Amino acid sequence: MIQQLNFGDLLPYWDVFARGLVFTIVLTLTSTVAGIGLGTAGAWARTFGPKWAGALTRAYVEVIRNTPFIVQLFFIFFGLPALGVKLSEDVAAFIAMVINLGAYSTEIIRAGIQAVPKGHLEAGVSLAMSRWEVFRYIVLKQAFMKVYPALSSQIIIVMLGSAVVSQISAEDLTYAANYIQSRNFRAFEVYIVAAVLYLMLAIGLRALLRGIGRAIFPKG
Amino acid sequence: MNFVTRAAATCAAVAVAGALFVSAAAADALADIEKAKLIRIAVPQDFAPFGSVGPDLQPRGYDIDMANYIGKQLGVKVQLVPVTSANRIAYLQTHKVDLVISSLGKNAEREKVIDFSIPYAPFFSGVYGIAGDKVTDAASLSGKTVGATRGAIEEQELSKLAPADATVKRFEDNNATVSAFVSGQVDLIATGNTVAATVAEKSPNRKPELKFVIKDSPCYVGLNKDEPALLAKVNAIITKAKEDGTLATFSETWLKAPLPANF
Repeated sequence: MIQQLNFGDLLPYWDVFARGLVFTIVLTLTSTVAGIGLGTAGAWARTFGPKWAGALTRAYVEVIRNTPFIVQLFFIFFGLPALGVKLSEDVAAFIAMVINLGAYSTEIIRAGIQAVPKGHLEAGVSLAMSRWEVFRYIVLKQAFMKVYPALSSQIIIVMLGSAVVSQISAEDLTYAANYIQSRNFRAFEVYIVAAVLYLMLAIGLRALLRGIGRAIFPKG
Repeated sequence: MNFVTRAAATCAAVAVAGALFVSAAAADALADIEKAKLIRIAVPQDFAPFGSVGPDLQPRGYDIDMANYIGKQLGVKVQLVPVTSANRIAYLQTHKVDLVISSLGKNAEREKVIDFSIPYAPFFSGVYGIAGDKVTDAASLSGKTVGATRGAIEEQELSKLAPADATVKRFEDNNATVSAFVSGQVDLIATGNTVAATVAEKSPNRKPELKFVIKDSPCYVGLNKDEPALLAKVNAIITKAKEDGTLATFSETWLKAPLPANF
């Protein structure tokens, strides 16, 4: 039997989709900014930081990169309350995303930092730049320029991975799709719409990241 | 399509004819049971706490206790016949068993083909919370967060009943809903009484207590139509069990909760 597609049944739920879409966008943007910040700090700790900070960062990166995202999420949402740390599903989702992206971007940015020629650092020091100035103006800018495409891909992956936060009742785009599907049983149509929305989000995010890249690195 | 309709009609006709024939064959099931000194009762074996297989490989549960109780009251031996929820009514209609005690709910379709006793076990979905929580009805959920499993009947009803400032958090499956309650991420949960019984046993720190019932569909003993003598006898036994506290004991043992007041 061929099923008739009926997108009209989704119309009464357009606001549920809209709210889910906004949630996913806000969650992705905020956690990207914080995650890249965390990744930059981690990369600094592993290259220029004190030994103990480097070891700590290394342990953090290994733990996060070698465990599934959903387990990290469940640990934060269902596990931490046992230690008295009770976070709402929105905050838990945000923290899990930041921690996850932080670990991956630590490694990506560290690769960029290591690709900066040593002579550039020495040149900075000989111009009487402080250690911070060398890191900020010589190392970081070049490092980001080199790894920007890899970083962009990781951000897209994290955005798509955010679908998992629906499992802790955070009301993102996937939650909206699951909710609508449980009400009108139009699974095929609902997930077609959800997939198209994610696709548009990914394309839009890529365009945004390319625009930002052009603005920051005019020659790159 | 035409073929399907015709095939369905034929099947239905055969089924009806078969049912008529079979029920005409057995005149008085109660007399037969008393003569044979044996009653055959269909029980579940895959639906704890109503019926499951214990560590000693023997069936156990609310339904098994109920079946044995009825046998004892009748003064006959009990033969337990394990069934699934899909085939339990067929077992009854084909006279492979005399009674179905298998967490059977009542609905209009079933009432067309079999008879039901008075209810013998409470089965309902409700809103559960910890002991101190002063929730008594849907309106008092205001300002609270309630966890429920998305798409489940209690979640859909709750979405209609809950006031606007109550938060319903929907989870993908029963386990996540239960975890949310046990970890304190939600104040209350909407779930079935059997699930709540299991949680109460495994989570003594946050023991779910019934706050109010969302949907009530108690379990009935199913028996074949046109058996007034057997029906009257079963109803009398259930009434007695209710009065002498046997049902209350079953409820405490298997459902970890007293019988609801209106039961």
